[in-house]
Amino acid sequence: MSTPRNALGRRAFLANALVVTFASSRHALAQDQDKKLPQSLARTPELDAWIRVGADGTITVFTGKAELGQGIRTALTQVAAHELAVSPGQIDLVTADTARTPDEGVTAGSHSMQDSGTAILNAAANVRALLAEAASWQFAIAPSRIEMRDGAAHAPDGRQIGYGDLAASLSLEVEVKLDMPRRHGGKPVIGQNLPRLDIPAKVSGGEAYVQDMRLPGMLHARVVRGPSDGTRVKAADIAAVGKMPGVVKIVRDGAFMAVVADQEWRAVKALNRVQAGGWERPSPPIPAADLRETIHRLPAQDVPIFDYPGPAPPADARSIRVRYSRPHLMHGSIGPSCAMALWENDGMTVWTHSQGVYPLRKALAELLKLDLEKVRCIHVEGSGCYGHNGADDVAADAALAARAVPGSPVRLQWMREQEHGWEPLGSAMVVEMAAELDGNKVASWRHDVWSNTHSTRPRTAGGLLAGGEVDPPFVPPRPGPIPMPEGGGGRNGNPIYALPNAHGVFHFVEQMPVRVSALRGLGAQMNVFAIESFMDELAFATDNDPVAFRLAWLKDERAREVVQRAADRFDWRRRGAGGGGSGTGFAFARYKNLASYCAVAMEVRVDGDSGEIHVPRVVAAVDSGEAVNPDGIRNQIEGGIVQSLSWTTREAVAFDKTHRTSFDWSGYPILRFPSVPGRIDVEVIDRPKQPFLGAGEAAQGPASAALANAVAHALGMRLRDMPLSPERVKAALRPAPVATKQAAG
Amino acid sequence: MTRGGALAVGIVFVCAAGAVAAIAFAWHPAIDEITPPAPGSFDRYLVAEGEDLANLGNCAGCHTSEPSRPLAGGRALDTPFGKVFATNITPQADDGIGAWSSEAFGRAMRRGIARDGRQLYPAFPYDHFTHATDHQIAALYAWLMTRRPIAGRAPEPQLAGIFAFRPLVAAWNLLYLDEGPLPTDGSRPSQWNRGRVLAEGLGHCSGCHTPRDRFGAEDVARAYDGAWTEGWYAPPLNAHSPAVQPWTPEELQTYLHTGLAPHHAAAAGPMASVTRALAQVPEEDVRAIAVYISSLMADAPASKQDKPQPVDRLAVAQQQHPEAATLYAGACATCHDPGAPMMQQGRPVLSWATPLHEASPHDTVRVIMQGLTPPGGSSGPTMPAYADMLSDQQVQDLAAYLRTRFTDKPAWSDVPAAVAEARK
Amino acid sequence: MITLTVNGQAHQVDVDPDTPLLYVLRNDLELNAAKFGCGLGQCGACTVLLDDKPVFSCLVPVAALGARKVRTLEGLPKTLPAAFEAEQAAQCGYCIAGMIVRAQALLERNPRPTEKEMRTHMAPNLCRCGTHMRILRAVRRAAEAMGGGVREEARIGAEEK
Ligand code: FES
Ligand code: FES
Repeated sequence: MSTPRNALGRRAFLANALVVTFASSRHALAQDQDKKLPQSLARTPELDAWIRVGADGTITVFTGKAELGQGIRTALTQVAAHELAVSPGQIDLVTADTARTPDEGVTAGSHSMQDSGTAILNAAANVRALLAEAASWQFAIAPSRIEMRDGAAHAPDGRQIGYGDLAASLSLEVEVKLDMPRRHGGKPVIGQNLPRLDIPAKVSGGEAYVQDMRLPGMLHARVVRGPSDGTRVKAADIAAVGKMPGVVKIVRDGAFMAVVADQEWRAVKALNRVQAGGWERPSPPIPAADLRETIHRLPAQDVPIFDYPGPAPPADARSIRVRYSRPHLMHGSIGPSCAMALWENDGMTVWTHSQGVYPLRKALAELLKLDLEKVRCIHVEGSGCYGHNGADDVAADAALAARAVPGSPVRLQWMREQEHGWEPLGSAMVVEMAAELDGNKVASWRHDVWSNTHSTRPRTAGGLLAGGEVDPPFVPPRPGPIPMPEGGGGRNGNPIYALPNAHGVFHFVEQMPVRVSALRGLGAQMNVFAIESFMDELAFATDNDPVAFRLAWLKDERAREVVQRAADRFDWRRRGAGGGGSGTGFAFARYKNLASYCAVAMEVRVDGDSGEIHVPRVVAAVDSGEAVNPDGIRNQIEGGIVQSLSWTTREAVAFDKTHRTSFDWSGYPILRFPSVPGRIDVEVIDRPKQPFLGAGEAAQGPASAALANAVAHALGMRLRDMPLSPERVKAALRPAPVATKQAAG
Repeated sequence: MTRGGALAVGIVFVCAAGAVAAIAFAWHPAIDEITPPAPGSFDRYLVAEGEDLANLGNCAGCHTSEPSRPLAGGRALDTPFGKVFATNITPQADDGIGAWSSEAFGRAMRRGIARDGRQLYPAFPYDHFTHATDHQIAALYAWLMTRRPIAGRAPEPQLAGIFAFRPLVAAWNLLYLDEGPLPTDGSRPSQWNRGRVLAEGLGHCSGCHTPRDRFGAEDVARAYDGAWTEGWYAPPLNAHSPAVQPWTPEELQTYLHTGLAPHHAAAAGPMASVTRALAQVPEEDVRAIAVYISSLMADAPASKQDKPQPVDRLAVAQQQHPEAATLYAGACATCHDPGAPMMQQGRPVLSWATPLHEASPHDTVRVIMQGLTPPGGSSGPTMPAYADMLSDQQVQDLAAYLRTRFTDKPAWSDVPAAVAEARK
Repeated sequence: MITLTVNGQAHQVDVDPDTPLLYVLRNDLELNAAKFGCGLGQCGACTVLLDDKPVFSCLVPVAALGARKVRTLEGLPKTLPAAFEAEQAAQCGYCIAGMIVRAQALLERNPRPTEKEMRTHMAPNLCRCGTHMRILRAVRRAAEAMGGGVREEARIGAEEK
């Protein structure tokens, strides 16, 4: 662009120029579908909704996404700092707050970098360009000759103007323009291992979580419920509880009940006193202790998830058909869900660790019968959630309690047993796989998956626990299948392999015997477990090396590289023969076939006496597009692998007819230090200038399948039902009962 | 006569008897060594049966000291006469039993004589195993010989004086070893008889639950009258059972299979390892044991009582032990009080907890100080250990408080000693 | 009024005597590090040092403390926290304060633990994010910084083979 020097005011000119360029970009948008605004920007295109530059040079960046311990605060700060050419320390990042930040829905599905990262990258590029243009007026030189760095515009002759001064002459009340060139040259911030900004407070006892919030005059509350979903406490001597020392209020609305006290321990004591009245189950009984069979049998709506064409297999094709399954799983946050709520001036403010402050606000407004503007939800970090846990429900509980004590902030935290008993579980799943083999080629492929919904996230009051308890109760929304390509139960059911004549169906089971919702990866962990186990079974059936077999069907170049790198780093070619309790396994997936690529190679040793699986070594390779913070990606992948090993080797929610019996860590054990792998080694493959891809849910599926494949290699037999618990391993090692032996002759 | 005096007389007697016995009975030929048979030579189904029996007898309970070295022995067993060490029973040829033929193995199980002809000490309960059937012994042999061979020999026993003289055991055998199968009691159902063979044979329940006489043998006159094992008290399983609620076969089966009974308590100490092993035993075997053992308690007070009401003398306990009442409210009530979520899950109230009703406070104190832990990765009753959270005095007070509040039995007298011992 | 000594300082608090120490630390002394995770002695999020032993503060009634000294993460030397920062050993971080306190007890007692001793010692503390590998790295790093170290590499399931 040349430097205009006419009499027009700079502002007027800029405004005009922006209008013009914006108009042309709109035009371009209509013509070119590929250039459409990324989702978050389409919803909130105003630049100043994302970035503001203060007169003193401070830069505030707004994101609708929330820090969940995945390091998004740091990564987004890096993106903004990089594009704005400032140090990360100059950026103040404001996360999800209905009064301040854009509405970016829920922080889930490994979307944050893709959505918010891309939005902020674009917004920052816009702001930098505007600042440079403003500087070009002041310096009277072409913008291309101006260097933007360290929060100032620099002219070649040494003159400089700070961003604050430039911003004073600039309005950011404009819409974001696409295709702004990315910054080039200068010190990069993207791609650096910037230490996580949230960690210092977390290792020093700083105020880091909503659980740590203290407001003046704060009261403590506990919600009263039966032991798990579908139950309720029986009437207790409420009057006596009300007289307990420190009890300020007993809040009741229909079946909803909470105790509010001056001190937290007193609220706990009051809660236990109410619970002593016993409980009952008004809901229908839970059909079976192992619900996967139930879910496999219930009526289902069949939703096709993929159809890859191909010639019909020959008549003499060999066919293989197997079934895999997983039980209900718990999110199991280490910190029980917690919220702070304040009812003041006819408005409700809730500090919450919900993954979606905007949807929560809508549900709360309906529950409290308030206008949307009267409810404000502010995200404050909580303990890791791994999906839809008790965060939203506890926010509603706190809000109802706070409304009963106007002017006093109320902190309400669930007890451990409430988190275990009431959090919506990850659905049990069953997958049937079938294939036909023509010689050693796959001639057909069939994937059938059964499960309940994978999201009952609250968007209305009926989606909140308390919503179903108040009088009159709100009706829970009817769940439906999430469409592909994201998918719910069908997520990652479509194989990335270029298989001929392949078809998949999601058998969506509407009826939920127990409360379920989104758990990290939704259906992906199960589908990848099934596909990647099945690939190994087919490789075995065709006498192929599992890695070579995968590569033979893998056309995506990035996928191939990830597989190859993991195999090389693991030294797959020199792996042992397997058997005798020692084995190696490999698995790969691209999350949703849209996000990160991740391959995992694993070594196991199975102790035949105890049935325990030891994991001496894990190697993973991951491609998340342009790596904003490689160590952050590594952290996510390491964590995903360990969590997945816990799911796959020991976790299963247990029930009896009346309730969940996995009520604490003794009833739902998770992996502890003595059982974690000897080593985990993660290679991050950087793809500069490629779109950011989320990595938070990339590792779970491949890690589960790599484990199952390694165990099959070690034992010479395959376990297809999760968890691969010591009991299952030992049972598998035992010969069938004598009766079968005789039958087998 | 004092205990010490009796012991002295006993020793003299044993010496004399031993001298005779050593000549007459103590000599046994060695049985030839064999090359360890290939694991594949055993019938897989027999091996699987053997695994169940090994769990039933909880072989690993004594013969495994390091989880990574299953059955390789080394675990020290304290006896009144000194320490003996469980031997290596893996099929390793030099240190284990790899060179033992099935005949040698059978002789050891039945008569307590090692392959080389030496007497085994009766800490190895061959006085029970002798009742096992031939088939059971063959199955156990098949299972043991197909385990992973592990090198390493158990230390020699450290026994005081005369007891180190192995041939003496021959005299013991003469007195106490009642070889061979148990007769069937025709007046009892077959399930009971089966349970008896399992419980008295490989299960060797009375090994812990029957007091021993001065020669370390079970005092048959006081069978199942309760005894001490590794610092824990194994309560009576006869008419003296201190249980408040009756041990029905169902209740006992649940307990043996899961380590937790809805109207009693959680298995602790050595019994925890027994129930863990029994969890893997076929249900009908555990059921048979439960039928047999519960029949022994038919005359216990709990079995006669119609519907026992839980004792909860809150006010008395509070008044007698005010400080312990605070400890209880802050440290125990979140799990054990009526409104606690653990109680919502149907866990037994403390009023039913057998240890509180035992004559000695040892088990109560040990559970408080050492807690309960299921094996890594498994679900099961859990209780944190309070040894580092409470002082000795506080544990003593708490034990006294629990006894006062949840039982109507007299206060314990020797709590400090029990605390000191658990602290060791 | 109950008196307790935390991080070398005596405090008086006005709470019910059966109140578990955890609630007093968090609500009365406004110390954030120890966290409520289960209140049952199962997760270690609330770990503090009582004299020199790591204990679950959720199960210690404040009246039971007597003259015993409480140390929380806030009062510990900075070696371990610095090592956790250096290794970026946190995801959500909710478990981390408890982890550091438990590790401190180990290294005070045994500056040169084996890998296995370290893992066994840390077993009472849960982490759901799967940060274990980094936590172990951080403890190794801190042990070295304190002049000790963790002996030998992890050899998982490798015994007897
Ligand atoms: S909160 Fe104390 S151990 Fe979990
Ligand atoms: S870092 Fe989240 S629980 Fe450990």
